[in-house]
Amino acid sequence: MSALVALVRWLTDPVNWQGSHGIPIRVLEHIELSGLSVLAALVIAMPIALYLGHTGRAGFIAINVANIGRALPSLALLAFGLVIAISLGLGLGFWPTVFALVPLAIPPILTNSYVAIREVDRDIVDAARGMGLSEGQILRSIEVPLGLPLMLAGIRTAAVNVVATATLGALVAGGALGRFIVDGLALQEYDQLMAGALLVALLAVVTEVSFSALERATVPPGMAAIR
Amino acid sequence: MTPGEPLIRGDWLLSHVGEIALRVGEHLELTVIAVVVGFLIAFVLSLAALRIPRLYAPITWTTGILYTIPSLALFALLIPYTGLSLLTAEIGLVSYTLLILIRNIVAGVRGVPAEVRDAARGMGYTDRQILWRVEIPLALAVIFAGIRVATITTIGLVTVTALIGQGGMGYFILLGIQLFFSTALIVGALGSVVLAVLADGALVLAQRALTPWTHAR
Repeated sequence: MSALVALVRWLTDPVNWQGSHGIPIRVLEHIELSGLSVLAALVIAMPIALYLGHTGRAGFIAINVANIGRALPSLALLAFGLVIAISLGLGLGFWPTVFALVPLAIPPILTNSYVAIREVDRDIVDAARGMGLSEGQILRSIEVPLGLPLMLAGIRTAAVNVVATATLGALVAGGALGRFIVDGLALQEYDQLMAGALLVALLAVVTEVSFSALERATVPPGMAAIR
Repeated sequence: MTPGEPLIRGDWLLSHVGEIALRVGEHLELTVIAVVVGFLIAFVLSLAALRIPRLYAPITWTTGILYTIPSLALFALLIPYTGLSLLTAEIGLVSYTLLILIRNIVAGVRGVPAEVRDAARGMGYTDRQILWRVEIPLALAVIFAGIRVATITTIGLVTVTALIGQGGMGYFILLGIQLFFSTALIVGALGSVVLAVLADGALVLAQRALTPWTHAR
């Protein structure tokens, strides 16, 4: 019980809401770190997924990338991110964490987008081709809109994983919400520790819920009627 | 990472063989406890959801929230109550296996064709006999797929438990980060991946042994 009281006291203390170590800055850092990493993963994975999905090539690889991704432990990715960032002279904190988060985000985006494009009814694609649509038009106006909810599901998985794992960035001297947890552990300040944990958990759940809402909103009207 | 030092120092590896073996043992122990306890809980919840379909949505919703909470955050929330202990680590690890396992157990049993069930009933099987002798054996392939994903995920997560003093391969990763020592980083990271691959292979073999009919000619 006393732990909860301490938690509430810490969260309502104005000192913790101010300055460069305050909650609002840490939340923004967390969102910046996660957002940039997911964006970078999208830029890398999406063209590959769209190309492979549209042509139907390399399906085995595209699907199994997700399984390999799951076997990569986040802490191990952080270790590799650290080695890469230091050998590139980018220092501690932000970049080692980004290098860890991008490979974490790529597998679910790649696999889901590939499957999303592949699962579009081939009869529809054939009909579109028969009507004289170019391959690019088929991808843009048929496959992507119909596959969008499933593609977003992959991005959601990636984003939630990234938000969760961005916490570990504090281990390599990064900012973000992990700072509260790692400092709280090191200093045995349980109020700070629990507050950080609560904020990260909240951010992860908000990410999950927002993407789920986006998925539902992007179901094409014609398909929603069928369901 | 220190200039002039090789990425992997063979002499360090040789002088730490004993400790590496110890950490591998800890890693496996943490994983096995989590998957076994997780499976038992998931199995009971799945049977409940199969018998009372109304329960399925709240069960997956609750375990889904647990799955969404970052592992380090969940450990941190438990520390004031259960300390830097094995129990804290296992509560977290078990929570993450539940959603994966329940989804697969329920999907596996529900995926059994209705004709098969009807045939068993026609042969005089009771509901309990149908569950244990027909539905669960036929669902084993899907259930095993869930156990594989849960095991791989857990092996990865166990590295994080080093932060709350539970050893495992994460111990070497933390050591590497603290000392800027790439040999330890690589031993920890690669060790965890190798364990995941080996465990997955072992589970595939176990599944083949348990479901001989899936690859009979």
